[in-house]
Parts: sequence; structure tokens; C-alpha cells
Amino acid sequence: MPLLEAFRMALETVVAQKLKSFFSLIGVFIGVMFLIAVVSIVQGMNVYVQNTVTSEIGGINSFQLRQRPNMVMGNVTEDMWREWNRRPRISVKDAAYVRARVTVPARFANYCADPVSISYGTKVAKQIELRGTEESYFSLKKYNIADGRAFSGEEVRAGFPVLVLGSIVAEKLFVGQEPVGRSVTIGGLPYRVVGVVESQGTTFGLSQDKFAIMPFSAPARRMICPIGVLDQLMVSTDDPATMQAAMDQVEAAMRIRRQLRPQQADNFTIQTADAALSSWKKVTTVLFTALPLLVGISLVVGGIVIMNIMLMAVSERTREIGIRKALGAKRRDILAQFVVESATLSLLGAAMGIAAGILLAYGIKALTPLPAAIAPWSLGLAVTLGILVGMVAGVYPATRAAKLDPIVALRAE
Amino acid sequence: MNPPIIRVGDLTRRYEMGGETIHALRGVSLEIERNEYIAIMGPSGSGKSTMMNVLGCLDTPTSGEYWLNGLEVSRLGDDALARVRNREIGFVFQTFNLLPRASALHNVELPMVYSGLAAAERRGRAAAALDRVGLANRMRHRPNELSGGQRQRVAIARALVNEPSILLADEPTGNLDSTTSAEIMHLFEELHRQGQTVVMVTHEPDIAAHAERVVTLRDGRVDSDRVTQGAAA
Ligand SMILES: Nc1ncnc2c1ncn2[C@@H]1O[C@H](COP(=O)(O)OP(=O)(O)OP(=O)(O)O)[C@@H](O)[C@H]1O
Ligand SMILES: [Mg+2]
Repeated sequence: MPLLEAFRMALETVVAQKLKSFFSLIGVFIGVMFLIAVVSIVQGMNVYVQNTVTSEIGGINSFQLRQRPNMVMGNVTEDMWREWNRRPRISVKDAAYVRARVTVPARFANYCADPVSISYGTKVAKQIELRGTEESYFSLKKYNIADGRAFSGEEVRAGFPVLVLGSIVAEKLFVGQEPVGRSVTIGGLPYRVVGVVESQGTTFGLSQDKFAIMPFSAPARRMICPIGVLDQLMVSTDDPATMQAAMDQVEAAMRIRRQLRPQQADNFTIQTADAALSSWKKVTTVLFTALPLLVGISLVVGGIVIMNIMLMAVSERTREIGIRKALGAKRRDILAQFVVESATLSLLGAAMGIAAGILLAYGIKALTPLPAAIAPWSLGLAVTLGILVGMVAGVYPATRAAKLDPIVALRAE
Repeated sequence: MNPPIIRVGDLTRRYEMGGETIHALRGVSLEIERNEYIAIMGPSGSGKSTMMNVLGCLDTPTSGEYWLNGLEVSRLGDDALARVRNREIGFVFQTFNLLPRASALHNVELPMVYSGLAAAERRGRAAAALDRVGLANRMRHRPNELSGGQRQRVAIARALVNEPSILLADEPTGNLDSTTSAEIMHLFEELHRQGQTVVMVTHEPDIAAHAERVVTLRDGRVDSDRVTQGAAA
């Protein structure tokens, strides 16, 4: 009997027994729903983490020279903390030394940041991240200027008290007024606003626009880090291919400057997007190992339910089987009929699970800051698993049906 | 003379029931020629249905031989028997045995599904078979939307659709009133006139009177086998 015929007969039966079919699908439904939803959410977080981490560091061809890492998602031991705290901070002189020794074409930016309050007349914006850096920072972070301008290299060298604001800060302080050209104060020091950065949106519900950027050596500098040190030296090579070379040069220069012996470990950190992501990847690996267990259990339960439903169907439809056999159905025809029916049933459950999983993922995306992104491979896997579970669950009942004696089956009530 | 379409020799069928052996057939020998119209009669429990089930390859004899169209059916395996049921035999049951959820058309299509015919051809032939039994305008109806007589016509159309060598009917009018029975009997006669070989079990002598030959079973044996006026008529 052709597969299409068996499939059509299966659909007919499923439609004829809507409610019973639905209940028999519930295990597969739940399993697949979880599969799709969890994969979408983890995948969404993946995309999110990747984007934020990469943009924080300044893209895939960028890295940072720091005292210690600031993007760690794995376990940090007590010992690691202690060792990090013992390290000397990166000094401005370290940075200058390193910058002079990188021969690969690259851009650099010294960087320091801390939260401060910014006031304009009676208005105060609190907890604004004040970033002291250089003019190259804007291109490193791929910031577009929405209004006014970025500050220049001269302003950086002279330590001019100029500010470029994050969009939300500008809105808060100047509500409706033109921000460029206005004077604000930070810790009593006057600053002139020269530009506003295009909004960076929100992640996990947090605005990415609560910042103000000033030249590295501008007057408020002592509020964000001690004189002579910096949080990080940001480096971005012009060509991604040369990034590793630049990292090696930075490391070598730092080791020489710090007079580290070969057996001594680095007492500084070179942080890349990849390194920061590797710890996140460990987290997703754990999630992706737990998921199959959950999905597996649901599918096994779903398979057992389907098998029982199919056994019931076989005994309820003994007479139908008898009729089919009397008309010339071979064992394999009956076998195929019930296996296909079982697979169709299960596939239907999987399809509903996919729909519910997508809904669930998007529901979570809408109601919480967790992102969601449907992974096409999870859809393929769900369909395959659905069919497979149904087929496996259907084999035993179908074999029982196929083995029925025609005359015995015909006499059944 | 042509070889007989059916030849059974010393056919027996025993049932074991709770340690007791029931002899449904105790050695039946019979030959049926092409285009015969035979009625099988006999008291209740005499083995008529058992005989028909064996002839229809639904049941296998305990011993004896069964030749159908030159093929020794009693030696065939499961799949080969299914093929014989599909191609050589049209069976009409007392209880119709239609698939309740399928339309008349689909019920008639069923034997062709198992002989592997393409959907379009199946549909065409099923429609023609339904037309032949006078149900051209009931093809989309389900069995529960049809009268008993109409249901039996669907079953007859289904039995004929693969052009079997032999049409077997076990009390085909047993569940029908006398008017409808007469119509169904008329249909069988019509089919016989068109060349169909028919074997029919019945309790009613006036129905048996339509046949050319009446075989009477008693206690699992052939009690009498005689040609009747049906032949002359
Ligand atoms: N599956 C079975 N198991 C046990 N005994 C059976 C079975 N089928 C038939 N028999 C017995 O075999 C004998 C013949 O039965 P069969 O059905 O062939 O009779 P019949 O001539 O068709 O009777 P009726 O006119 O009542 O239909 C009976 O004694 C019956 O009880
Ligand atoms: Mg009987």
C-alpha cells in the first residue's frame, strides 16, 4: 500500500477521534514544546550575549588590556580573586609603552569609567557612567553621533572639559531643549556638551544610554580613576587577521615592562570577545545537556501513551482489520497502516508542540527581558523526533494488528 | 470441458474448544464449474459458514485440499492468501462488513488499494462498480446514511470491483426484509447472467430456487448435491 494512502488514512482516523488523539499527543507535545522553547531562549541569549560582549569589547577584531577580566560568566575562585586584586593596575605609562610597541596597524583608546551625577541647573542625572577616553573610542564602539559632534584629538590632549552624552542623559537633563552647547556640572566642575550619541536601545530591560563621555584627562578625571592609571587600554586592529599578532605584541611588551620571568604568569589580562564568550558557552553547554534529558523523558512518556492508544485502537478496530484482510490487505499493509497512523499522530503532537514552543518563547520574550530566537535546527529535530517516537511506539501495536487472523478479526464485535 | 474453478477434496475443519473438539467440516468434496450459480443449504451449525470461509481463504482447513483456479490454495502462505483474497475472491457477508467511517466510494475502492492501483483509476472503477449495482447517486454516503439493501449493494460492488473468479455470499439477505431481499437476489441473478460464478449460503428455499444447483450440508458433510429448476429457468 502506498505511503500516501496510509498517511491519508491516518489523518482521517486522527480527525475522526479528535479528543482521544489530542490526549495521546500530550507527551510528545510537551517534549517538543520544551525543546523548541528552551532552545529558542538559550539561542536568543546566545545571540544577545554575543552581541553585547562583542560590542562591549568593540567587535571581533578588538581586545582590552586590563588589570583583571570584567566579563566573567564562569566560576571565579577565591584564589583567583585574590590574585587579581594583588595585580598592579595598568598605568598610563604602561599603556604608552605598549602602544609604542605594537607594529600592527591598530587604533587605541585609554579608558576609565565610574558612575557620577551630572547636573544642569536644578536637574540632576544620577548614576551616569562617566567614561574618560580618547577620540578613537567612538569609532571603536561604533557609536554614531546623533547631534553635535564627538570630541577631537586636540581636546583629548588638552584635557578640555567637553562631554558627549548618551541619549537618555540628554533627554533627562534638557527635556526638549537642544543639548549641544549647554553647560553642565560634574562634581562642581563645568562641562560643555558638544554632542549626543545615537540611542543604543535596551538589553535585559536596561537602557544602554546612561553614559557621558569626556576626554581622558579632562578635569573630572580624578572622580573616575586615580591619576596615572586606567581601567583598560582598548585596542582594535584594522584587520581581524592581525588581531592575534597585536595581542602577542601587547602581551610581550607588558611582560618586558613588568619584568616577568618566563615561568611567571601574566599579571594583567588581555580580554577578547571570544574569551569572554567561552565561559558563556560553558553555561549553554550545561543547559543543552540538561535539555535532552527533559525532552527525552517527555518523549518516552509520550511514546508509551501513544503505544497504549494504538493498542486500544487496534483492539477497537479489530473488525476493521478483519475487513481489510478479507479484502486482500497483507500483513505489511496493516503494519504500515498502524505505524504510519502512529507516526502521524506523533507528528501532529510535534507540530502542536512546535507551535506552542514558539508561542512560549515569544511570550517569554515579550514578558521578560530574556530574548528568544528560533533555531531552525530545533524545528527539524522536533519533526524528526516526532515521527521517530510515533514509529517506534507504533511498531508493537501494528505488529499485533498485522498478525490477526482474518476470520477471528471479522468475528470481533 | 474446462477445469473446475474450485475443487475441494476431503476438506475438514476442526475447532478445539476447552478440550472439546468440534468437527465443523468432516470431509467435504466438491467441484464448482465456471459460471455456476450454487446455493449451499443446511441446518444451523451444519458447517455452511465454515465452508464459505475456507472457500474464501479467510479460514484454513485442518486437512484436505483446496484448488482454486488451478492453484493449490491449501498450501499457500499468509501473503499469498491475501493476494488470492484480493484478486480471485469477492466475499459478501450477512453483516455487510463495510468500514463505517468511509464513504461508499471509498469502501469499494479498498480492494484496489491493496492491489496497488493508482487513486484515479481506483476512483473510476469504484464509481463504475457502484453504478453497476444501482448506487451511482449514493457514492458519497457513509454506510449509516444508507438502507440495509443499499449497504449490501455497496458490499456487492466492493466484492466485484477486482473482477474475482468467484463471488461468495454467506446469507447475503439474512439481515434484510423480504422486498429488499428480492431486489438483492435479482442483482445476484443479473450478475450470474453476465457470467459471474456465484456460491451463496441461504436458509430460504425460495431463494435457493434461484440457483442452478443446491448443495446441502448436514453435520459437516455434503448431504445432497442436485441440479434444480433454476438451471432450466
Ligand atoms: N470459531 C469457532 N470456534 C469453535 N466452534 C466453531 C467456530 N466456528 C464455528 N464453530 C462450530 O462449527 C460448527 C459449524 O458452524 P458454522 O458457522 O459453519 O455453521 P452454519 O452452517 O453456518 O450455521 P448457521 O446456519 O447458524 O449460520 C458449529 O457447531 C459451530 O458451533
Ligand atoms: Mg453461517
